[in-house]
Amino acid sequence: MNRTVALSYGRASDTNELMSTNGNLLTVKDLRTYFETDDGTVKAVDGVSFELKPGQTLGIVGESGSGKSVANLSLMRLIPEPPGKIVSGSINFDGQEILKLTPAAVRRLRGKRIAMIFQDPMTSLNPFMRVSKQMMEVTRLHLGHSRAQAREHAIEMLERVGIPDARERVDSYPHEFSGGMRQRVMIAMALSCQPELLIADEPTTALDVTIQAQILELIKTLKSETGASVILITHDLGVVAGMTDHIIVMYAGKVFEQATTSELFERPGNPYTQGLLRSVPDPTAEQGMLYQIPGLPPDLAHLPAGCPFAPRCERAQTICREQFPPFVQLTSDHHSLCHFANEVYADTRAGEGSN
Amino acid sequence: METQTLNCSNCGAPIRSGAAQCLNCEASVIKAPAEAAVAGDTHEIVTGEIVAGSSLWRDARRRLLKNKIAVFGMTVVILMALASLIGPSIIQRATGKSYDFIPRSSSETKSFPPFRGPDGRFSWAHPMGTDVAGRDILARVLSGGQISLMVALISTLVSLLIGVSYGAIAGYLGGSIDDVMMRIVDVLYSLPYVIIVIVLLALLPAKTPTGQLIQLFVALGAVSWLTMARIVRGQVMSLKNQEFVLAARATGVPAHKIIFRHLVPNALGPVIVYATLTIPTVMLSEAFLSFLGLGVRPPRVSWGSLAAEGAQSLAVYPWLLIFPGLTMALMLFSLNFLGDGLRDALDPQMRRD
Amino acid sequence: MLRFIIRRVVIIIPMLLIIVTLTWGLIRLAPGNFYTGERKLTPAIEQNLREKYGLNKPWYVQYGRFLRNIARFDFGTSLKYEGQSVNQILWRALPVSAALGLTAYLLALVVGITIGTLAALKQNSWIDYATMSLAMLGISIPNFVLGPLLVLVFALTLFWLPPALWNGFPSKSVILPALTLSAIYIAYIARLTRSGMLEVMRSDYIRTARAKGLSERQVVFRHALRGGLLPVISFSGPALAFLITGTVVVERVFSLPGLGNYFINACFNRDEPLIIGIVAFIAVAVLVFNLLVDISYGFIDPRIRY
Repeated sequence: MNRTVALSYGRASDTNELMSTNGNLLTVKDLRTYFETDDGTVKAVDGVSFELKPGQTLGIVGESGSGKSVANLSLMRLIPEPPGKIVSGSINFDGQEILKLTPAAVRRLRGKRIAMIFQDPMTSLNPFMRVSKQMMEVTRLHLGHSRAQAREHAIEMLERVGIPDARERVDSYPHEFSGGMRQRVMIAMALSCQPELLIADEPTTALDVTIQAQILELIKTLKSETGASVILITHDLGVVAGMTDHIIVMYAGKVFEQATTSELFERPGNPYTQGLLRSVPDPTAEQGMLYQIPGLPPDLAHLPAGCPFAPRCERAQTICREQFPPFVQLTSDHHSLCHFANEVYADTRAGEGSN
Repeated sequence: METQTLNCSNCGAPIRSGAAQCLNCEASVIKAPAEAAVAGDTHEIVTGEIVAGSSLWRDARRRLLKNKIAVFGMTVVILMALASLIGPSIIQRATGKSYDFIPRSSSETKSFPPFRGPDGRFSWAHPMGTDVAGRDILARVLSGGQISLMVALISTLVSLLIGVSYGAIAGYLGGSIDDVMMRIVDVLYSLPYVIIVIVLLALLPAKTPTGQLIQLFVALGAVSWLTMARIVRGQVMSLKNQEFVLAARATGVPAHKIIFRHLVPNALGPVIVYATLTIPTVMLSEAFLSFLGLGVRPPRVSWGSLAAEGAQSLAVYPWLLIFPGLTMALMLFSLNFLGDGLRDALDPQMRRD
Repeated sequence: MLRFIIRRVVIIIPMLLIIVTLTWGLIRLAPGNFYTGERKLTPAIEQNLREKYGLNKPWYVQYGRFLRNIARFDFGTSLKYEGQSVNQILWRALPVSAALGLTAYLLALVVGITIGTLAALKQNSWIDYATMSLAMLGISIPNFVLGPLLVLVFALTLFWLPPALWNGFPSKSVILPALTLSAIYIAYIARLTRSGMLEVMRSDYIRTARAKGLSERQVVFRHALRGGLLPVISFSGPALAFLITGTVVVERVFSLPGLGNYFINACFNRDEPLIIGIVAFIAVAVLVFNLLVDISYGFIDPRIRY
């Protein structure tokens, strides 16, 4: 961890932008990514801000369609244009403004300093290409490896992510691996250039429950070994619990709540977060129905005035349907997008343990 | 290829693993099956409402009308069909001459060489010129359109009849009967069936011109039902386990009624799309056979036989080929665009978000 | 793999049998024969001829003899081209059709894949609209109209190329027929490539490739093209069947001495041995080619195991 911190500071000072990074590896400000559709403009990400310090792990939580994946694809400028477009905002990665880089400069970041693993390992690997070739491609491109070097490196990486007989299996095709093994291959590939930032987009959703735990454990281990920062995107609060330092909760393209992990779990300041927390299965509960937030996420092309969560919210008042809620600061490091953020926050203290 | 079990969700045709698209109906493979759209209508069918009133069809119409190229295609098709239908009789009434009228007096043959009236200038008397015998090309092209359209429509109906019945029966019965029926379709698919049709038409020429036409309908219809059969089968397979069919079966409705009253009407969307796309291919086949001298015979003319005539004297009278040929190309062009538009409108899989 | 090939070859034999039997049956059922119409024959000569060709025997004897000959690849001698065996004619006509068909198909592959890929990568741009409209035009213009039109422009007006006849391969005389024949395949392949590439370019593994930092060119050539071209490969099976149909017209339009032209003439002349010979040959070609396509699939898509 120390090594990476030192490394990134070193780089930042090279560009004389040490101050502007504020000690953050990544600073996202007011990011807006819109999609033009027949149905109108879909504001998939609408004013999202967050920061990430070197070596830290950030969880981004939300239902499908909340904009969490789009936000992270925007970080790597991987939004298909058209129909998508990053309308405004700033993404500062280690002193560089990603949105202002040339495409070639962005490509030099991708896979090298920022790597990504995706939800579905079945479809995220090229089915027509041997694993060795897909892995060698990255290091030959970014690290200038020779064919032999790249191959050795690929085998090394596969061993590191726990693929048995890596040397024999490196020339297999993706379909010859199981789902969990394929996700390990994806992770090995993503980490092969020692990126400073790893974005894991629902890395365990498509996997069996037992495999899920293994993959999360693997990400955690590799993270502590390499000192990389991680953004973990998930719809499942249970996944982030033991993994992250900070969490942001997204809904309808906006950040609804932002806090440290322990604070968010103990004292959520937003009705939506409360709903999410209540829908995590509790192994200690004897019986009872699993809670589900009523209704469906809103149509992002036709958002109602007021709070986008209001139609599904138990606490909704008239004001919620009429005015867009403020982003209320609850503590120095805890914000919530709700008209009644303070009340909700106060209630959680009073009603602690009642859930 | 025995390990592969993937079938097109739209038409049921086997898909080679990894193919992005069904070769048969060009539907995307990876997308969810088409039944989603139909499923929404099931309650309406159970309650006895007609499918045509449902929002699926309203949506489809809206999407079709929004598609400018498809609307252009539809307009051209309608205009050309109307012109072919009523044009020849209007010309006959106006000039007193039918499409195969050959002028005998020298004053009338003065309009030859074509395009020019007796004064050597362009004349509206023959806007597309005349042929070697002095027959008006416009009248012949319009009459040819009648036959070409008729052959295309009736042959498509024949193929529809065979394809829908075959596909629906195979899909409804399922099991080994379905396997055998579809294997036959697979085999027929890879054959250059036109070769067989040529042998058939050349060796067994009909005695009368009408017999010739009927032979064409049957021959063309009999070779163009394969795709339709696959599509209908796929649709029926996906529909037959839905509640309204189970309900019908539980109340003792006989199989043939279930197939033709419940299943086929619900597969109507794709059937319409592929019928529309069959029309131009059949029309092309007819023209092809007529060009070889195996299709429509004099005194009847079709676009294909006119083009064949025109090709004979290309160097001297190029318009004899150009006008019928381009008329036909325009018709095919418009029909194809209309078919593509209909597919985009009726096939929810094609909706790109 | 070997088992798969053997199984497929075993299926080919009954299919061939069905096809030649069908053709044979059609010819037997059709009224008249080669000699009717040509000139009046005296009953004695006709009787001799019937005996010579075994036409006086019951049908199953004739059929048995027919099958024996077919199995030995002996299709007999042509009735029209006296003294020439069907095999001689086949071997003379085949190079013409093969050269024409292969040139046309290669042209279609190169041009079709290029413009289809371009259209997909520039989806909804003017390039996309222009090429796809052109492709639709290619599908809509019948080849017997396109061929003469090309002749009119390039042979009769500009005098660049010969209007007809065959001067061997390669020669200028191949250009116009090959262009005519390939137009519709260029169009088909362009459309197939476009939709195949669009589908693949949206897929997850392309996103992965981009996330690795590969340039757009590397993404397309290394990762997308292979999957995007699978529909084109599947099309090559049916394409051969269509191509054969196409050569019939094109060889006629350009008066080329190929299989298609011989076939049509044989049909009109009722040259029965030649009809059966060509049909059998085409059937073998199509069936074998389809087998080759299926096998090649295994090499292109590693997920397929036989």
